[in-house]
Amino acid sequence: MPIRIWDIPRQEYFYSGHRLCPGCGAGIIMRHLAKALGGRGIISHATGCVEVSTTYYPESSWGVPWIHVAFENAAAVASGIEAAYKVLKRKGIVDSEKEVRVVAVAGDGGTFDIGFQALSGMLERGHDVLYLVYDNEAYMNTGIQRSGSTPFGAWTTTTPPGKNWPYGEWRYKIRKDLLLVAMAHNIPYYATINPAYITDLYEKILKALSIRGPKLIHAFSPCTPGWRINDDDTIRVSRLAVQTGVWINLEYENGVVRVTTPVPRRKPVEEYLMIQGRFRHLDRKAIELIQKQVDEYVERINRLVGREVIGPVER
Amino acid sequence: MNGKKIEPLSGNHSVAYAVRDLDVDVISSYPITPQTAIVEKLAEFIANGELDAEYIHVESEHSALSAAIGASASGARVFTATSSQGLVLMYELLFIASGLRMPIVMALVARSLSAPINIWNDHSDLMASNDTGWIQIVTTNNQEAYDLTIAAYKLSERPDISLPVMVVLDGFIQSHTIEPVELEDRDKIRSFAPKVKRKYTLDPEKPITIGALGDPEWYYEFRVQLYEALERAYKAFAEVAEEFRSYFGRYYEPYQTYYVDDSDTLLIVLGAHTGTFLKAVRAARDEGIKVGLMTIRLLRPFPHEIHKILSQYSYVGVADKAIYMGTPSGSYLASDVMTSLNIEGSSTRVISYIYGIGGRVVKLEDALYIVRNLWRISKRIEEPPKKPVFVGVRW
Repeated sequence: MPIRIWDIPRQEYFYSGHRLCPGCGAGIIMRHLAKALGGRGIISHATGCVEVSTTYYPESSWGVPWIHVAFENAAAVASGIEAAYKVLKRKGIVDSEKEVRVVAVAGDGGTFDIGFQALSGMLERGHDVLYLVYDNEAYMNTGIQRSGSTPFGAWTTTTPPGKNWPYGEWRYKIRKDLLLVAMAHNIPYYATINPAYITDLYEKILKALSIRGPKLIHAFSPCTPGWRINDDDTIRVSRLAVQTGVWINLEYENGVVRVTTPVPRRKPVEEYLMIQGRFRHLDRKAIELIQKQVDEYVERINRLVGREVIGPVER
Repeated sequence: MNGKKIEPLSGNHSVAYAVRDLDVDVISSYPITPQTAIVEKLAEFIANGELDAEYIHVESEHSALSAAIGASASGARVFTATSSQGLVLMYELLFIASGLRMPIVMALVARSLSAPINIWNDHSDLMASNDTGWIQIVTTNNQEAYDLTIAAYKLSERPDISLPVMVVLDGFIQSHTIEPVELEDRDKIRSFAPKVKRKYTLDPEKPITIGALGDPEWYYEFRVQLYEALERAYKAFAEVAEEFRSYFGRYYEPYQTYYVDDSDTLLIVLGAHTGTFLKAVRAARDEGIKVGLMTIRLLRPFPHEIHKILSQYSYVGVADKAIYMGTPSGSYLASDVMTSLNIEGSSTRVISYIYGIGGRVVKLEDALYIVRNLWRISKRIEEPPKKPVFVGVRW
């Protein structure tokens, strides 16, 4: 039986008073991650928005043990933590029954770009670590610069639309696909989560934590200033991402891909794009290009699943 | 032999034997010449059950130190080793390891830096990291490499210090040269350097935040505390050395002098070439050239008290195995020595010699050239140079 909203514990481990922006998607994700960990986890955090906003010395929002070392190494630090607990338990220095779930958290910059090598190393070595990327699709901590996860057509400060770059972000291709990265590393669990589908999000984090070995979770994480959306549009834009097929909630386990939020009839991608200021400069041609990209992506996922779980666009 | 075991060991294996008997918990390593034999030997120890540790086969030196920090923050005793490009790939993390006050021990097998790529020995990597907040112990032979690796853990894990330590050995000259090394009893080593339960570690039952954002209101204090911890480490090193003597009979001072009592001048050196220079000093004495020798063992924190010895001379020489680019002295070590003398208002002048860069062969004649040149300057037979003297370079 799937998890219901009242199954999510009330106890908080990610405290208020942090300096995240109003409406920050990552805040919702971190809050539920901390809840899922409760008193049995350790977080290794990469440099990024969440890191600087939640640990402003001498304050901290974290009710779970938490460490930040650098930008590109959350996965390597987590590897060290996991290895340490493994050997300390074996030697009887730490109670061998003690449950310690190690989690690495990084943004898209710390995952798709600078942290990719450390992530790959950790997945390949098979550490019992959950790696969670909160993907806001640009370098938001430094003020909205393009990352390896920035979608085609998105305005950022380093991909401004202009005479030579009519659509801002210039590369017409789907970004690095973490599902394929997970598959290539032969890991036991991969999932995508989205703050508009909170029970699905929570359930997947819990499930990932219960599986031994390296796990990867890719979280859709709206950024209100970076995406040029209203503070109260975070959930709306998250839901539209799923309803348009821009984002697909799925799970990859034991070689099988499963879509957890089927969308029988998709909305046109324009609805998702038009509520965000970062896509406001796009013309009809660009929107059609993006629609085509999304169609191709949906088709690929449907093919992986083996049937049409994401339906056609209905205008 | 008083029942002790003497083994023919390379410098690299000396370190590995010490690490094995210290019951290290986590080893995270990436191969690089000339360090590799250390982590190979440790892998062997783990593979055949002589050491119970987790071995993390990281994908880079950057991750090697990152994983070591994570493991250390979790309360484990950790070890890593590197050289040259590996150390500079760790550079970012060197500051973080000391800033987070992680008691990590690393063997640095000193090697030159690219470019051009060169795998041979000098002190470019060591010197490039001497401002990172690490304690740096420079060994001169394999026995020291073994002993001071053991002492390094004791020093690093002292609650009043809690700093990472680099144990330095010269690439190839030490790392690949076999010398007789007196090995100590495992239980005795463990009772000398027992594992200390740290007050703050990453523990789900006692959540803490490590590595927070330090704004201008706080960052300064953290850095000053780090400076003060390094200052404390000077006295702590002497205490650890004293305790080491009471356990094992061998004694290590932060610096060591030879022939100072009747010498006209003094030459300061670092690392494995101490032996070569000592031989040169002895040979020169037969010619009536009275030069003393000082070897610096504790590079960081720098043994400032050497000024007391140095200020007795009009001239002292420093032979450095690294080039301090863009500086008048051309030498890191000479600059440190000059600073110590200057702070004390001493008028002693420092002559800077550079030698053995990129593994350029250091012959006894080269050492003799330095010793004789320094003596002639001290006797006013020769004018003191105002630039570094590059010994053994083809112009």
